[in-house]
Amino acid sequence: MRIASLVIDTPVAARLERSVARRTRYLATVAGLAVALAAAATWALLLGAVPIAPGDVAAALLGRIEGPEAVIVRDLRLPRVAAAALVGGALAVAGTLLQGFLRNPLADPYVAGTSAGASLGAVAAIATIGVAQPVVVPAAAFVGALAAAAAVWQLARLGGRTTVLTVLLSGVVLTSFAGALVTFMLVMNDRLALRLRAVLGWLLGGISVIDLTELAAAALITALGLIIAFVLAPRVDAFAFGDETAATLGVDPGRTTAALLLATALLTGAAVALGGLIGFVGLVVPHALRALVGATSRLLVPVAFLGGSVVLVLADLGARTIVAPTELPVGVLTGLVGAPFFLFLLGRSRAIAR
Amino acid sequence: MAELRARALTVAYGPRTVIRDVELTVRAGEAVAVVGPNGAGKTTLVRCLAGVVAPRSGAVTLDGRDLSALSRNAVARRIAVVPQVTETMFPFTLREIVALGRTARLGRFGTARPDDDAAIERALAQMDLLPLSHARIDRVSGGERQRAVVAMALAQETDVLLLDEPTTHLDPSHQRATLAHVRDLAVRGGMLVLAVLHDLNLAAAFASRIVVIHRGRVLKDGPPRDVLDGPTVRDVFGPGLEVIRHAERVLVVPDRLV
Repeated sequence: MRIASLVIDTPVAARLERSVARRTRYLATVAGLAVALAAAATWALLLGAVPIAPGDVAAALLGRIEGPEAVIVRDLRLPRVAAAALVGGALAVAGTLLQGFLRNPLADPYVAGTSAGASLGAVAAIATIGVAQPVVVPAAAFVGALAAAAAVWQLARLGGRTTVLTVLLSGVVLTSFAGALVTFMLVMNDRLALRLRAVLGWLLGGISVIDLTELAAAALITALGLIIAFVLAPRVDAFAFGDETAATLGVDPGRTTAALLLATALLTGAAVALGGLIGFVGLVVPHALRALVGATSRLLVPVAFLGGSVVLVLADLGARTIVAPTELPVGVLTGLVGAPFFLFLLGRSRAIAR
Repeated sequence: MAELRARALTVAYGPRTVIRDVELTVRAGEAVAVVGPNGAGKTTLVRCLAGVVAPRSGAVTLDGRDLSALSRNAVARRIAVVPQVTETMFPFTLREIVALGRTARLGRFGTARPDDDAAIERALAQMDLLPLSHARIDRVSGGERQRAVVAMALAQETDVLLLDEPTTHLDPSHQRATLAHVRDLAVRGGMLVLAVLHDLNLAAAFASRIVVIHRGRVLKDGPPRDVLDGPTVRDVFGPGLEVIRHAERVLVVPDRLV
């Protein structure tokens, strides 16, 4: 190897410049997304079915006025915006993790059936226990998500090695199975049948905050999932060449995968409890951000959370206002944008064939 | 000083026995080539020596300790493996790929320390990849990808290096350079290097010792000149191959086809 000549014809300064440029771009992306999130949240607080002057919105948030407008801003819009940010961020991070350790650019909680598992858990809990205990729904959604994520992971490995398509096919099967059970429960259970419209709206992807305790529980579960995601992110990249190389790089594939499935289920469970089945945020956001900050999960996870939050706060704002006073399910909007993007990736990725 | 040893090693995938009763001891400073026809069990042997496949019976020991008793992290600090796969799904840069070699030494939050950066830079330089540090792995040639995964293993800074066909995608000059470099690591650096190689001539040029695997067994084991003779080569790889001895060298060439 021509080591000596290399050092001379590759000026160290030029390489240093490139890594400084990358770091600067990363920090600029983080800052840009944080500003975008603040702007999107502000916009979402200002707009709604009932027109409220910006000054009154600010006064309501600061607790300076009372009355119906203050109630709308503080008790309806603020929790809703917070929930949208939480759901979008959680879905994007869950997608980042799933894509990373399944080595599958097309994986996300929706496509892989994790969300469907979570919705089954949530609906089963509502049917049997009811929503009186607000912590029950996110917890049951988490259990459902964990079962679905573990099942997809096992199914995808049946042939000996995980391919891009086996994950998607397993996701399709799980989603229709969970969907069938959910429909069965909706039809059979009086408690659910009475609230059919609300439950359907939620299933189609709609952020609803019934109760602040539920929001707090979901936030706590999301935080737990994020902590695991942050700690494990560096080990996710070790899966770049497969489970076996992850092992030779020093990662215990079984234990690490179990922890990653747990994190994915926590994030998806919390997201589904608040927002139902919202597709493609977990798919599109990590992809778009990889183009900006590269593929390293440690760097990708924080920006994915911010990016997912921005996307869903805006999407939810659209869902509330586009055909106001009627509300669109937000899943309709993410599906309209996300499904074509999925097809674009499917067409572009030569790796699918393998 | 590292000593990697397979004792009465038998490996099976389901009903199919791939490795039968293999005895093999490799020591620090040796550059060993494992050769054999397709399906002979070479890759399985490497996977087993790396501790990622559990044997049906027998054991693999590193300095007398059973690999299965060590954590993945502890093994990764001693044994690095160059994988056959060189493609990723995501646009990592070559430097990020090489940095994966430091996974076993990462701190809790996965941040690189100065000695990690130094090891990554050294590995990139050794594989002639410094100018491509920030190139995306999906935008470089197959040979450059292959050198990147070798560099990834070098960045692990282990005393054992296992390579599974590390030269498949390389041009002749980089084949020679890569093998010359890992041979140097063994002969001068005191590492234990074992490489699965398809090309018998490269194996003869690279190795201080060649192990011939045939139908899951060690058929021959010794210096290239002793191991690669006409009858053995034809017996293992089939007819149509000729072994030529010239000066101190052994060459395996196909028969004249016309």
